[in-house]
Amino acid sequence: MLSKLMNLDRRVIFIFVALAVIIPTLLPLNLPINVSEPTQRIYDYIDALPAGSTIMISFDYGPSSLPELNPMAKAVLRHCFDKDVRVIGMTLYAFAPTLADTLITEVAEEADAVNGEDYVFLGFRPGGEQVMLRMGISIGSVFEKDYTNTPLTEISMMKDITNYDQIDLILDLASGSTTDLWITYVNGKYNQQIAAGVTGVIVSNMYPYLQTKQLVGLMPGYLGASEYEKLIGVPEKGTQGINNASPVHVLILGLVIIGNIVFFIQRRREE
Amino acid sequence: MEIFGIWIAAFLTLCIYSFLYKDNPFYRFAEHLFVGMSVGYGIVLSVHQGFIPFAWEPFWAAVKPFWPGVPREAGWSGLWKLIPIGVGLLFFSGVSPRHTWLIRYPTAILIGFGAGLSIPNVLRANIFEQTRGTVEPFASVHAGTLSGWGIFEAVLMVAGVICTLTYFFFSVEHRGPLKWISKVGIAFLMIGFGSAFGNTVMGRVALLIQRVDFLINDWIGTIF
Repeated sequence: MLSKLMNLDRRVIFIFVALAVIIPTLLPLNLPINVSEPTQRIYDYIDALPAGSTIMISFDYGPSSLPELNPMAKAVLRHCFDKDVRVIGMTLYAFAPTLADTLITEVAEEADAVNGEDYVFLGFRPGGEQVMLRMGISIGSVFEKDYTNTPLTEISMMKDITNYDQIDLILDLASGSTTDLWITYVNGKYNQQIAAGVTGVIVSNMYPYLQTKQLVGLMPGYLGASEYEKLIGVPEKGTQGINNASPVHVLILGLVIIGNIVFFIQRRREE
Repeated sequence: MEIFGIWIAAFLTLCIYSFLYKDNPFYRFAEHLFVGMSVGYGIVLSVHQGFIPFAWEPFWAAVKPFWPGVPREAGWSGLWKLIPIGVGLLFFSGVSPRHTWLIRYPTAILIGFGAGLSIPNVLRANIFEQTRGTVEPFASVHAGTLSGWGIFEAVLMVAGVICTLTYFFFSVEHRGPLKWISKVGIAFLMIGFGSAFGNTVMGRVALLIQRVDFLINDWIGTIF
């Protein structure tokens, strides 16, 4: 029995994982979602901003991280438009502009937000930290035009925005190391408030910044997206995702425990 | 047209997942297609969003006034832009063994610029701020404003930092108390790695969930 378990065909595990995802997709679960403090802190920060404030969202992810980060972006955009908080979108990731522009336009249409007045998408600039530092002096010197090629000087919401001084929060939605750069260069040098929504893969690296308050708040993967959706009262892909993920997590946890028990028993027998 | 796109995406998704059974020509076809398209897309993006706006257009603007038949309105003022472009082009000197030494100049500028930019900021964000964050709760302990749980957290944090750093302290042999302190450090490291692994699993599962959601709701939705 033990040797059978130790030599179990990995494809059997794949079938179990597939079933653990397919069944909840067909028969949705409604598991309770408890909002964690880091997500709540982002929500509270944006919720406390007066109408007419500005937040900058940096869409630093590509299609491979879209399942986790798009629901977050959608939820935050909805919250901002609902509160009349203006949004400046941008990206430091070359594969992101189309994806980000589509998402902003979709949410803006839902919320009747007007391009150039309630939001603007600046597009992509290469350079990472150099772009960040330069925007501290002048956003217009980095992005002379927005994504639709309209000069920034002709965009009404950009008329009173020169640099970070007029931006109340930067939210970095990231699948890579850009959050570290925003913290290092923009929080460190310009004392700008930074929040982050990141993929599960890199979230562990972000917790030290939360503890030191270098991050206002943090949304971790599907969990963060589902929590923010709960806070704004619009359960969508994030909520569906975390409900579907929970059975797989339980399955993987069970497999890890069984694997360890079998391993230790077998080792004891060999001794 | 949209349905056609959904069917192609579904076919390629199934091709990729077929690898879970075993390697096969469908998987290799999808893999090669993905790599080829990613590289092609990346090159086009780099040319359109990097090379053209930041190298070609400034270069053309600088030399245009000297082109035969073009009125010389802009004069010499744009020529300074040729300096960074020229320095950047020195990276290609590596292709000629006789001129390969020239690559040292752009490399030196890049490293000098990068180091000057990052060292003070990285030190501040990752060393000073983190050190402050580790010891700051003790100010609240001293002021008596921290709860019992908060005090426990603060002590645990400092203990974790000291034990983990001790594990990486190789100047002295790990014997006696040092051995046990570094062993506790290993335990802290393992907890950290476990947390990272758990979160990585969550991220990877998210990708699977999105694909299954696509196959069931979007693709099968076009059939029934």
